[in-house]
Amino acid sequence: MNLLEVKDLRVLFDTRDGEVVAVNDLNFSVTPGETLGIVGESGSGKSQTAFSLLGLLARNGRASGSARFRGEEILNLPEQRLNRIRAQEIAMIFQDPMTSLNPYRKIGPQLSEVLELHKGVGRKEALAQSLAMLDAVKIPEAAKRLDSYPHELSGGMRQRVMIAMALLCQPKLLIADEPTTALDVTVQAQILKLLDELKKEFNTAIVLITHDLGVVAGLCDKVLVMYAGRTMEYGPVEDIFYNPSHPYTQGLLHAVPRLDIPGAALATIPGNPPNLQELAAGCPFWQRCSSATEHCQTDAPVLETFGEGRLRACHLESRELLEVV
Amino acid sequence: MLSFILRRILEAIPTLLILITISFFLIRFAPGSPFTTERKMPPEVLANIEAKYGFDKPLYEQYWSYISGLAQGDLGPSFVYKDYSVSELVATAFPVSLKIGLTVFVVSVVLGVFLGILAALYQNTWADYTIMSFSVAGIVIPSYVVAPLLILLFAIYLKWLPAGGWNDGGWQYMLLPVVAMAKGFTGYIARIMRGSMIEVLNQDFIRTARAKGLPTRTIMLRHALRPAMMPLASVLGPAMVGVITGSVVIENIFGIPGMGQLFVNGALNRDYSMVLGLTILVGALTIAFNAIVDIAYAYIDPKIRYS
Amino acid sequence: MLATARKGLVESLQNNLEVEGRSLWQDAWRRFLNNRAAIASLFVLGFIALFVLVAPMLSSYAYDEPDWGAMHAPPSWESGHYFGTDALGRDLFVRAALGGRISLLVGILGTLVAVLIGTAYGAIAGYIGGNLDRLMMRWVEILDSMPFMFFVIVLVTIFGRNFLLIFVAIGAVSWTGMARVVRGQTLSLKNKEFVEATHVYGLPRLQVISRHIVPNVLGLVAIYATILVPGMILFESFLSFLGLGVQEPMTSWGALLNEGAQTMEVAVWQLVVPATMMVTTLFCFNFIGDGLRDALDPKDR
Repeated sequence: MNLLEVKDLRVLFDTRDGEVVAVNDLNFSVTPGETLGIVGESGSGKSQTAFSLLGLLARNGRASGSARFRGEEILNLPEQRLNRIRAQEIAMIFQDPMTSLNPYRKIGPQLSEVLELHKGVGRKEALAQSLAMLDAVKIPEAAKRLDSYPHELSGGMRQRVMIAMALLCQPKLLIADEPTTALDVTVQAQILKLLDELKKEFNTAIVLITHDLGVVAGLCDKVLVMYAGRTMEYGPVEDIFYNPSHPYTQGLLHAVPRLDIPGAALATIPGNPPNLQELAAGCPFWQRCSSATEHCQTDAPVLETFGEGRLRACHLESRELLEVV
Repeated sequence: MLSFILRRILEAIPTLLILITISFFLIRFAPGSPFTTERKMPPEVLANIEAKYGFDKPLYEQYWSYISGLAQGDLGPSFVYKDYSVSELVATAFPVSLKIGLTVFVVSVVLGVFLGILAALYQNTWADYTIMSFSVAGIVIPSYVVAPLLILLFAIYLKWLPAGGWNDGGWQYMLLPVVAMAKGFTGYIARIMRGSMIEVLNQDFIRTARAKGLPTRTIMLRHALRPAMMPLASVLGPAMVGVITGSVVIENIFGIPGMGQLFVNGALNRDYSMVLGLTILVGALTIAFNAIVDIAYAYIDPKIRYS
Repeated sequence: MLATARKGLVESLQNNLEVEGRSLWQDAWRRFLNNRAAIASLFVLGFIALFVLVAPMLSSYAYDEPDWGAMHAPPSWESGHYFGTDALGRDLFVRAALGGRISLLVGILGTLVAVLIGTAYGAIAGYIGGNLDRLMMRWVEILDSMPFMFFVIVLVTIFGRNFLLIFVAIGAVSWTGMARVVRGQTLSLKNKEFVEATHVYGLPRLQVISRHIVPNVLGLVAIYATILVPGMILFESFLSFLGLGVQEPMTSWGALLNEGAQTMEVAVWQLVVPATMMVTTLFCFNFIGDGLRDALDPKDR
């Protein structure tokens, strides 16, 4: 059975200039222990997808569709019922560890309050468990860190604290929203390795949101490629990597720096993601797509099955695609 | 932390000295002495009086004796209330202003913070609009418009409360002055609090707290309140000085024998030593409270404390 | 040669920036026009200004002419005392208008002086920085810890009761807040490209301040001025309240308020008329200030 099943998820924002659709009819699922990567450029709606699942959207945002967690609908639940799921069942790690911890409170109480709330344990026991978790995420001198303020820790250490905080209640699902974007490259690798180890240790399913396909390759079982709030391609990680079926995915793959090929130039996808307020009919990607046709300008491709367990939204025949590569 | 406090106090001392010096010489150079306004006096009598107050000595000597008096808490003799020293007059008036001021301070901080948080939590709803309308009205409508209207309504028409007087600070005598003084202050605090609370609620760490499943009340009290109070702290210092040193207008309208009255009488009667004494007192309090605010900041904000 | 070429390049760059700057102002103006409270306030304020200017001409009474037959007369259309009369029987319609002239005049005059000094002081302290900045800001701190009343008393003794001069002087001591705000903004402007670009062709510092810093803090200055004007009006009424303000038979809203408060038991209109006009004016400035803030500071939206 699926741990999380998302159907027709839409996220809308009311802005001064009218309604903006940030996430458009998204479908995906995660089984226990599985890792799903959601990939896309900034502004493609990845983070809003994650926020909508836990009811963390900004004031002017709303979500529609369905998200079932262990068979139970969690989308748009009232705050009180959400609070029983948050951290306990589904935990989240945020993009920027520098601003995601409360700068006015020590690390210890910020961790222990999660356990006190959800597990009903006393402060002392909660702090002891927090300490064990800080050890588990390999924070040196963990006991000392409980007494530190966030600004006394490096970015990498803070992200480890965030991960420890997320894992305290041993949730079934961990949503990691660009957990390494704000960190140095060397620290990125450490954090990703840590996530991989913890996932095996606690058998936690992970939804990993990132713009970096390199991150996805090492960690994920399945990949969802998003563009302008829509699914471009969805399928097992090997297929997406070795046999990308969408021009956008291909562009992303070319944009991964290749250190193994000497002298390889770093390719980029020309242009910028479209303004979601001015999205016209047609494929949202056509303006940046090198193989776009007139058809792409007028009709948006629908998401269709493409081989075993794969979905994609593109008008091109697979034959034409191969020529593009 | 201790060295920070010490440094902050040491910084305040020269500021205070400059303030005292400027005030002293400005007053001395102001044309006309307090005694020239009264009916013409024979010159020898005038010289006598001036000698009594030390005006015949060179200016630097006057300055020195004033400073050394000040160090012992002596603000000099009053020129108008001949048998009293300024310190004695202040000692009777200050407790009155202090009592009203502290009441106003506590009422408006508690009420203002509460209303500001409420408005921020229910941003852009009728609750927010109502609170903010009252706040703006409280800020904009001056107290000498509100105070007479309060007297008219509660003392003259309804006869529930006395129209003025002090009576050792009985609550019936305090109620109207406190309301008239606190309404603007409360509105001001509510407005600042709303703004800073909205800003804090949009911070990433509040989203983290929500993702932890903490109930709204816990998030507000544990995570949002302290950072949201930060902008308020810098306002509260000077505001505290403002309310405890007495409102000239309110004390005048309600006939309350506080510091504001002393100031006005001093000003109108050219009681320069009174004006000078009060100026220095208020200035010293302002400087002191600014230092206290800075130290409080360092205490609230761990980032300042350790750097 | 090279230097002139570079100067040309930089200036064309600046022109581009200034074009952008202009559209920024247009943007702000458009946002301001959308703010109904602010626009309504602007109209009401215009109406009040018109009233204080023309009302005395519409009445057959003079502001200083007692009507012994109509003391404490309530407002009435037939008698021509549209707002009633005061304790001496002087017409309140005319006096409210004249008082308004004084109140608005001191408000604008005091603000003008404070804005001029505060902007120059803050921009210079912020732009030049270093020890000069430290010294200048210490001076501001000292001024800020002095009670306002003290200055007024000193000023009254120096200038006597010359009312307008007093307000020029009050403006001259109430610029500290303005200076702080401008200094803060200058500090952040200092590191912007278009200011740094001026170093390339060595524009004198005072010209950098007047051409590049000051135009860019004008928005903030405008917002702050909408706080200062009502502050000045309030201060005037405070002085009048103490009897240190405008001298009889001339009047101001504050003086009228003070008289009204003393006679409110027998003639409530004497309090209500000046109170309404003054409070309305204060509200207008408040809403205009809010409108300007929203329009000029998009971050706050």
